[in-house]
Amino acid sequence: MEKTCLSLPRKPFRTRGGAHISHNKNTRDSRSVVMPCPKTVILPMSQHIGTPCTPVVKPGMHVCVGDVIGKCESMISAPIHASVSGRVQSIRKIQLPNGHMNDAVVIESDGEMKLSENIKPPVISTPQDLFNAVHASGLVGLGGAGFPTHVKINVPEGKHADTLIINCAECEPYITADHREAVENTENVISGIVLMLRILKLDRAVVGIEDNKPDAVKALKKAISECTDAEAKKIGVLTLKARYPQGAEKVMIKAVTNRVVPMGMLPVDAGCIVMNITSVAFVSSYIKTGIPLVSKRITVDGSAVTEPKNVIVPIGTHIKDIIDFCGGYKDNCRKLILGGPMMGIALETDDFPILKQSNAVLAFNKKDAVLSTPTACIRCGRCVKNCPFSLMPAAIETAVKLHDKDKLKKLGVADCMECGTCAYNCPAHRPLVQIIRQGKMIAANKAKKQGV
Amino acid sequence: MEELLIISPSPHITSGASTRKIMLDVIIALLPAVAASAVIFGLRSLLIIAVTVTVSVLSEYISRKVMKRDNTITDLSAVVTGILLALNLPVGINPLCAAFGAVTAIVVVKQMFGGIGNNFVNPALTARIVLLSSFPSQMTTWAQPFWYKSGSVDAVTCATPLALHNAGETVPVLDLFFGTTGGCMGETCAMAILIGFVYLLIRRVISPVIPLTYIGTVALMSLMFGQDFLFELLSGGLLLGAVFMATDYTTSPINTKGRVVFAVGCGVLTFLIRHFANLPEGVSFSIMIMNILVPLIERATAPRPFGEKESKNVTV
Repeated sequence: MEKTCLSLPRKPFRTRGGAHISHNKNTRDSRSVVMPCPKTVILPMSQHIGTPCTPVVKPGMHVCVGDVIGKCESMISAPIHASVSGRVQSIRKIQLPNGHMNDAVVIESDGEMKLSENIKPPVISTPQDLFNAVHASGLVGLGGAGFPTHVKINVPEGKHADTLIINCAECEPYITADHREAVENTENVISGIVLMLRILKLDRAVVGIEDNKPDAVKALKKAISECTDAEAKKIGVLTLKARYPQGAEKVMIKAVTNRVVPMGMLPVDAGCIVMNITSVAFVSSYIKTGIPLVSKRITVDGSAVTEPKNVIVPIGTHIKDIIDFCGGYKDNCRKLILGGPMMGIALETDDFPILKQSNAVLAFNKKDAVLSTPTACIRCGRCVKNCPFSLMPAAIETAVKLHDKDKLKKLGVADCMECGTCAYNCPAHRPLVQIIRQGKMIAANKAKKQGV
Repeated sequence: MEELLIISPSPHITSGASTRKIMLDVIIALLPAVAASAVIFGLRSLLIIAVTVTVSVLSEYISRKVMKRDNTITDLSAVVTGILLALNLPVGINPLCAAFGAVTAIVVVKQMFGGIGNNFVNPALTARIVLLSSFPSQMTTWAQPFWYKSGSVDAVTCATPLALHNAGETVPVLDLFFGTTGGCMGETCAMAILIGFVYLLIRRVISPVIPLTYIGTVALMSLMFGQDFLFELLSGGLLLGAVFMATDYTTSPINTKGRVVFAVGCGVLTFLIRHFANLPEGVSFSIMIMNILVPLIERATAPRPFGEKESKNVTV
């Protein structure tokens, strides 16, 4: 087949469903501040999707910023680095928000933030070099999912990727971390994209960004026009309608390329590599400095935070310390969310660390924290109409009640990305996401039985 | 933080929609029809509405209590059922009969099948059909519009436009539009129903799919069989049924494709009953028959999950 060069999309393609959610981007103009080094950090060994790492340090050892403290031989995993310099205090079990118990390294900081002597910028000329470098940097998808990035950029044999999509939709309310990345770190974003295009020999790169960030769009376009690399011509910025969940990977691919990722497959099966804007900027800075992923920009917001702002913190910083840095709680915090209000996880304590993939901490007062009690489903069909993946949440709920595994599979329950649009719109306040998670477990259980 | 934090699954925010707000919107949308019935058929219509609403809410309260379930009268759905039932009755009906209808709708049709969201046929429509077979003469005696102005105690009766039409007479379209004809209290005034329809659309309570497809199907059938289609649309309970009864969430399909099939079925059945059956009116029966078919329609028209088609083309 004759190879045609792909053009850059002028306007987004149609996507289905979703919801209009008030943006509440209160921190959109707040320039990121670097938080002073915390007294201790706690680094769980699982900050990614895949096999957890094993600690390679012992209590009492001295570590510097960037030293590897957790490693894993498995392909789908990412190493963990010390984010502060100091003494390893202990290695203890910590319960992650998903319920799994995990080893975590506690480091007592000496306050010096001394860089490790092993840090040196990598040299990259082949895709394999890039793969190794990204693997060593500990980078995971910074948009929230935490999928190891080196796996994404490793296009399997027999498959072909032609498009790089840079996800800057940031469709979750409140969060402005990616927005600030695009504005404050534009140069690294563009040089990262250029590097990706050059090494992976892709046809084009498209930055997908929601239209509620005009300043970021302007900054990106300006940087592209000023870029002297030959690859700059292949980079486009596509303004998308601000509609939740525009930033969901499969929705983004549809909007940018009009391609549909087959059910149960990965973006590369639709010829796409999707990276978060902060991830791609990090790749660029890693190539320049060699400093692995040790810090993260976090949006701190919500009705129970005194001074909402964007802060850059070492990974592993306690949420409590960050809140204190932002003026502490006000108005009696009743709910603490790691992530956005649509897909974030409610924490039971503020004694939990920031993970690599975290991008926001929200604290809500009583008024915002208490949700209405569920009433009976009235079959209004809002969940069906607005599902970005054309699923039928109301029917899934019935099947879950009946424990009907076959029906659940037929309804495609495993395909749900848990974006929460159904539950957000539900006038009966049904906890549909929770019910769907239950449905996934019922369906998966069946799959195991069939396999044996 | 003195108290423990609240833990709940995502999402942590909601759109603010609630069943109660939706029902309140439906009640507001029904108000023009209520007002029209009061003007055309006199204050007696308000009495009938008051009776059905009160009895509906009371039966909901009592039956929930007896069945040891939580009280649901605050969701206002019983009020909607009460108003809808009244609007589907002739103004001259004995209030006791109307009350019997309300009990049937709420206790038998709705609560015995599990309450709101679980009934498989529309409560108000089914109650109307029960009343039609229980009190056939009362249910088909239509008061003359503005009968109350003549000062007589008993209502002067007249025929419905559909009956007149079958007898070969013509009814002016304007009379049909403003509702100054014989018929059920809420169904005669097309204008009032259309105002309610527009309100429901603006408030996004209903999607226009069912009403438009239903009415469109009847119009198409009328043209095909050489009938006066404007007359077909404005007479009888078609508009009231298409806007307020066929769009009932619980008893109509949940997906758009299913709604189209459902509404086409309603339209075809309505036309067939009107012209080929020995019944005065087909809207109630056709909607009820299609209500029963909803689970089958939904099964046949379920949307395909995103990427399912594409995954069939991929060899894994």
